[in-house]
Amino acid sequence: MAAERSPGAAVAATKTVNKSKARTGTGTKIGASLGISASEPSIAEALSIASFALLSMTSSVAIAAQRDSVAENPIGRDTQFAAVITTDEAVTSDTDETDPAEIDAALLYYLEQDRVTVAEGIFNLKLPVGDKRVYEGKLVLDTLTGSSANGAVPQDERQTFTRPSGNGEYNIDSGNTPLDDTFKDTRVQLSGNWAEIWSPDWSSNHGLYLSREYDYTSMGINSALERSFNKSNTQLSLGMAYYYDLVDPVGGRPVAMSKMVFRDDFDSQTEFRTEFDKTRQIASTDKQTVDLSVGLTQIINRYMLVQLSYNLSSLKGYMTDPYKVLSLVDASGTSEAYLYESRPDERLKQSFYLFSKYALSTGVTDLAYRYSHDDWGVSSHTFETRYRYNFTSTFFGQLHLRYYRQEAASFYRAFLNSGEELPEFASADYRIGNMNAYTLGIKIGHSLVDGTKASYRLEYYQQDPYSNGEQATGQLAHHELYPSIKAIIFQLGLSF
Amino acid sequence: MIFGTELIRSLAFLVCFSLTACAGLGVEPWQRDQFAREDMALDSEKLDLTLDDHIYFSKEGTSGGRALAGGGCGCN
Repeated sequence: MAAERSPGAAVAATKTVNKSKARTGTGTKIGASLGISASEPSIAEALSIASFALLSMTSSVAIAAQRDSVAENPIGRDTQFAAVITTDEAVTSDTDETDPAEIDAALLYYLEQDRVTVAEGIFNLKLPVGDKRVYEGKLVLDTLTGSSANGAVPQDERQTFTRPSGNGEYNIDSGNTPLDDTFKDTRVQLSGNWAEIWSPDWSSNHGLYLSREYDYTSMGINSALERSFNKSNTQLSLGMAYYYDLVDPVGGRPVAMSKMVFRDDFDSQTEFRTEFDKTRQIASTDKQTVDLSVGLTQIINRYMLVQLSYNLSSLKGYMTDPYKVLSLVDASGTSEAYLYESRPDERLKQSFYLFSKYALSTGVTDLAYRYSHDDWGVSSHTFETRYRYNFTSTFFGQLHLRYYRQEAASFYRAFLNSGEELPEFASADYRIGNMNAYTLGIKIGHSLVDGTKASYRLEYYQQDPYSNGEQATGQLAHHELYPSIKAIIFQLGLSF
Repeated sequence: MIFGTELIRSLAFLVCFSLTACAGLGVEPWQRDQFAREDMALDSEKLDLTLDDHIYFSKEGTSGGRALAGGGCGCN
């Protein structure tokens, strides 16, 4: 693997080492203070180099590494952060204008059984200036390949679907959930953030956001103002964000509830194309989002803090999934046609979030609950907890559990019956249907000899959609209409 | 919308109540050692949380809550 390292990674690795040596001999100090024997650095370095190589090969992120003094001063890094809560009392150790940059990088693989695979690289640069200002920049790259459910139901017969572009078809064998294998997308996301502590009581946060993929562009701004009370034990924050998204689906936007056309039903490609184009609107469209949030953070005692927040999100514009269809079935459950889905162009979402974090002598535990509700009828309960156990001062293990339960949107339909009048809005996208989901994860993290921190996370995520009471007519009764989705998540993280 | 108004009203009450009630909670400046621990920082797992938010945003019908819902992408 080392032989395949890119020049970027090699330079980055060299830079890290040089930087470590340049900084007042901290390497020796860390080694001594952590009780690391002479034989261990080679394993640690090998891990470090392997991690660099993996990151640079898969995400092409050139890591310009700089390390900070966290290892020698365990509270050094988060003093900056703790300052948010302890603005007047916290004594920050960094007083010079050119504090070292902090770099966090992670590489994530998300692998669904028989479906989508996502590789995502994330690179975060944090630049503290003095002890009152922090600039942050983030780059995210992700690529998606594989298949995703197109919304149609399984059938006894083999099914054929026209691709979203109108060029070609794909076939689904009898009994199988129809999956569209057309999707291959790459996304780039850039964001910047400026945090400033204006006085012992006031601080602010401002950010810019840009995300670009083949058929979708999102641009956003966000601002938050924070006020501390009660010897900085209480903090109230008010935030808002605005996003403007441009949607330009492959093959154009389908006309809502129009029928999919097939090449085989026409004598010539020209005739097919003329009919296909009638189901499409070519011009791109947009979506706007306004988010508002109010948050309260309260230190309860020396070991515990609690956060409470309320979010309101108003969306307007195109929210239909242009690649999803619904099966229109007859009394025997046999598909007569596939209709392109249709969703409302307004949505008002609200959520209430409660979080608490406890310091234990051997680690940390946290607990979160979220209730969400929107005017599409989708509501959810989420419970999440993490338990971290510090085996040594440089090595920890963590357990992560998450449970999610969702109630379907009022217009969610697993299929449509041909005898009934067509509704104005309908979607068979299981993601807005009834669902239970579980996550079980473990993570281990350790500090390398040069102060770099590495972590490895492995999680299992399962979604179990369930019926909202629709009667499975005819042949649908013996098909799996709500298949579970199983995914493995693996993440490698590095902090310098 | 009635649900929304009621929720906002009860939230406003809750915030006011908390601010008064919270005056008795908390620690003195010299008792913040636990909160200065790196593993107690609220952003100690920032990248994990960002990545998780992206996964759940793409795979589930509701999102956000922890902070502002974050930027859009075509994944949902």
